[in-house]
Amino acid sequence: MRLVVNGTPREADVREHESLLTVLRERLGLPGSKNACEQGECGSCSVLVDGELVCSCLVLAAAADGRRVETVEALGSAERPHPVQRAFVEAGAVQCGFCTPGFVVAAAALLRENPEPTDAEIREALAGNICRCTGYGTILDAVRRAARITT
Amino acid sequence: MPVLIARRLDEALDELAAHPDTTVLAGGTDLMVELNFGRARPARVLAVDRIDELRQSAGGSRVRLGAAVTYARLLRDGAGSRALEEAARTVGSPQIRGAGTVGGNLGTCSPAGDTLPVLAALDAVVVLRSARGERRVPFAEFMTGPKRSVRRSDELIVAAEWDDAGPAQTFVKVGTRNAMVIAVASLAMVIDRARRRVGIALGSCGPTILRAPDAERFVRVLCDEAGWDRPLRLSEAERTELGRLVSAAARPIDDVRGTSAYRRHVLGVIAGRALARLGAA
Ligand SMILES: Cc1cc2nc3c(=O)[nH]c(=O)nc-3n(C[C@H](O)[C@H](O)[C@H](O)COP(=O)(O)OP(=O)(O)OC[C@H]3O[C@@H](n4cnc5c(N)ncnc54)[C@H](O)[C@@H]3O)c2cc1C
Ligand code: FES
Ligand code: FES
Repeated sequence: MRLVVNGTPREADVREHESLLTVLRERLGLPGSKNACEQGECGSCSVLVDGELVCSCLVLAAAADGRRVETVEALGSAERPHPVQRAFVEAGAVQCGFCTPGFVVAAAALLRENPEPTDAEIREALAGNICRCTGYGTILDAVRRAARITT
Repeated sequence: MPVLIARRLDEALDELAAHPDTTVLAGGTDLMVELNFGRARPARVLAVDRIDELRQSAGGSRVRLGAAVTYARLLRDGAGSRALEEAARTVGSPQIRGAGTVGGNLGTCSPAGDTLPVLAALDAVVVLRSARGERRVPFAEFMTGPKRSVRRSDELIVAAEWDDAGPAQTFVKVGTRNAMVIAVASLAMVIDRARRRVGIALGSCGPTILRAPDAERFVRVLCDEAGWDRPLRLSEAERTELGRLVSAAARPIDDVRGTSAYRRHVLGVIAGRALARLGAA
């Protein structure tokens, strides 16, 4: 199958029932999207497919042939972090970090559509992401901070 | 498990006719959970999310919503039904709304499917098509039990259609928290002032979506008395009576999400709230 991943055309051999998440992590060397629940509940596998925020664990890879996929790896790097990533570090919104890529992708998707979200809009946009560690306060702080950086 | 990505409707219908053991895939938010946990092993998969005809909608006095329209798109573009938009807003999370479709909600046909009470209250028809032709099935006849419908294995759900019912319509869902919940009970209410029609339907309160005909009649009489084009103000006694009639229509069960007594109680409360809201609209 072919995908355009983070702007680069890629090809991969996929097994029949494999999810896009498995293909990204195990076939394409992109482990940023995390695998936790495989049932759409935790959001740690969040990616954009053709610009739409989805759980990659719920995308059948073989049915996504030809799609444009953006993962957390495309947002920024350690040297050049995305404003949302910078804000997460500065706000102390990362503990174990497992949930962070999913939150970062969802928050970046929010700010792309709505650069100055209200608290209610931030909560709504992150409702599909679960964090076991932080209790969400610092994560909300981080998104507010990122909105200030980007506007 | 061969996976065919259909681009055209006739191509998809031919595939279903040739292979009745095909499983249809739209957004995957129900089906992939089954696949990931090994609960489903489809012989073959037909992806329908790129068929233009299933992704198109039309507004106006007769509304048509394509089966493969996602909740996210329906919320961006409008659905031709305020209650359906309210229901779509309560589905899962942004990620689930980005992929999940109304056709998938109909395909799964769970009594907790959030769009289903709305389609029932709107008197919507489900448009089914196979290589042999098209059937238009009223929602009340489409759903026959929990996760059961009259869809034949060679048929695709193409769209849902209904008459535009105006602004007096709403969907109320009760769950254990605000996001990511399956409904403990839900209710859709439509007061079509132009057609003088009332639809009330209940979700998560029985084996199928249930209509509440006595409650509908009661609201019709109230509208007759107040005048269909005038605001409707409810007395406390009328509110209680509406709640009683709606609760009586439910056939709820006890399960992990709630007891049947709680479901009946909560339905009465949300019915009163819904009518109070619509009376002014
Ligand atoms: C975390 C999570 C939260 C959820 N929350 C909610 C919620 O709050 N409310 C709610 O109602 N649902 C919820 N769901 C369930 C699901 O998202 C919805 O039922 C959704 O509408 C399914 O649509 P889909 O396109 O993803 O369906 P798919 O998974 O692609 O398909 C579902 C079923 O329908 C069949 N099907 C799909 N399209 C067609 C078609 N055109 N013709 C014939 N058959 C078809 C498939 O064969 C399959 O059996 C949730 C799911 C998850 C994972
Ligand atoms: S792993 Fe996809 S939502 Fe949890
Ligand atoms: S930081 Fe550990 S799960 Fe969120």
